[in-house]
Amino acid sequence: MIISTLAAAQVAVEAMNPWLKSSITAVLVFGGLIHIVPGLIYFERRISAWIQDRIGPNRVGPVGVLQPVADAIKLIFKEDVTPEGINRAIYTLAPVLVYAPAILAFTVIPVGIDLQVANFSVGVIFLLTIGGFSVYGLAFGGWASNNKYSLLGGLRASAQMVSYEVALILSVIAILMTAESVDLNAIVRSQWAPGTLGFLGWNLFQQPIAFVIFFIAAFAETNRLPFDLPECEAELIGGYHTEYSSLKFATFFLGEYVAMVTMSGLLVTLFLGGWSLPWVEIPALPLTADIALSVLIFLGKLAFLLFVYIWVRWTLPRFRYDQLMGIGWKVLIPLALVNLALTALGGIFDWNWLIPLPG
Amino acid sequence: MTSVSYDLFALAIFAGLTVIVGAGLLALSELVGPRRRDPEKNTTYECGVPLFDSAREPFTVKFYLVAILFILFDIETVFLLPYAVVYKQLGVIGLVEMGIFLLVLAAGLLYCWRRGALEWD
Repeated sequence: MIISTLAAAQVAVEAMNPWLKSSITAVLVFGGLIHIVPGLIYFERRISAWIQDRIGPNRVGPVGVLQPVADAIKLIFKEDVTPEGINRAIYTLAPVLVYAPAILAFTVIPVGIDLQVANFSVGVIFLLTIGGFSVYGLAFGGWASNNKYSLLGGLRASAQMVSYEVALILSVIAILMTAESVDLNAIVRSQWAPGTLGFLGWNLFQQPIAFVIFFIAAFAETNRLPFDLPECEAELIGGYHTEYSSLKFATFFLGEYVAMVTMSGLLVTLFLGGWSLPWVEIPALPLTADIALSVLIFLGKLAFLLFVYIWVRWTLPRFRYDQLMGIGWKVLIPLALVNLALTALGGIFDWNWLIPLPG
Repeated sequence: MTSVSYDLFALAIFAGLTVIVGAGLLALSELVGPRRRDPEKNTTYECGVPLFDSAREPFTVKFYLVAILFILFDIETVFLLPYAVVYKQLGVIGLVEMGIFLLVLAAGLLYCWRRGALEWD
């Protein structure tokens, strides 16, 4: 029964027009990204409640699963207050400028064996370029609101994001050196190693310094705790989105959560072996069933990382702004440069600093 | 070659969906929902006290300094990206050249650091 269904699916996918296949992938990934956000918000609230030993949302629908839907409906029917003295065009555009780059950057992340919306051989560069545009949305939104708190929040957000972007890209370059490629699928394949200890091939173990830098910078790039200074409620009300209400606020929120998913997806791909499993050989000519399985593996790793994001949020306190900039410029960037030098020396002279690969 | 055009097609569909959803969200927030204006509500938020001046004021120059440093180091990463892919073929000569380049930039970072450009007070 299952085998015949899989065989039928295989035939159907093989017979499919490639244009149709591309469009279906694009629509599915887009829909998945948009719909993962309400689920993520629900789980964030439930897990927060669990960590803080309270109940959390449990009224709307069974165990509160419809809470995000209720929130969305409420936000749609809220009044859209646009204060006087704003720069209307920039003010209106800013939320979309936050959300669009975050979601567009996901197009190159492989969610399954050679399966992504757009397979460019320069995937990493595309992702870093598009992802960098989010800074404009935050800075514009903060400035255009004509509010001192928004202005400070926008400035803090942009300064923080550009500072950590350097450390982030430098740590990614170390990964590109181990994989000797900028193609994300090739990076996933380079992390695969045979045997029970095959997971040691993951860049998490092969490039531990780069992993630590990337992990910290990912939190700062997505403005999550412990680096959520642009919007820390106690000092800046809501930061750059103080003056936004109704669905414009929701768009900022959407962009923030999609950016979190994109960052986790990139982290899975670069450091945790992406869609591959260490004990399972990657098929040269993957069947539809193999691709489906690899998508599930990717989603499992992604879900774990998203849980880590929430977990960290309720574990660590917020940094002070000078500490934040200090860590970025005085610790992470020098460390990333040292890591690059170590990687280059190790690669050229065959000095193995790290755990030897099995097999 | 054709496979690239499929990818571009998929990217175009994805970008189209992004724009449609973004515009839809903005339009919905303008169209749906009540519209009850009053002069108090239309002022920007200032901790519940009457607004006393505009936010269009000069702010600390530190933020510009960070932006300038970012541009320098971002260009450094742009130079490193192609090197990362071919560093094994370039061998020792490439390593020495990249090493000199990185040392110059590291010296620049150290200079900024010692001059206090990285301090926030």
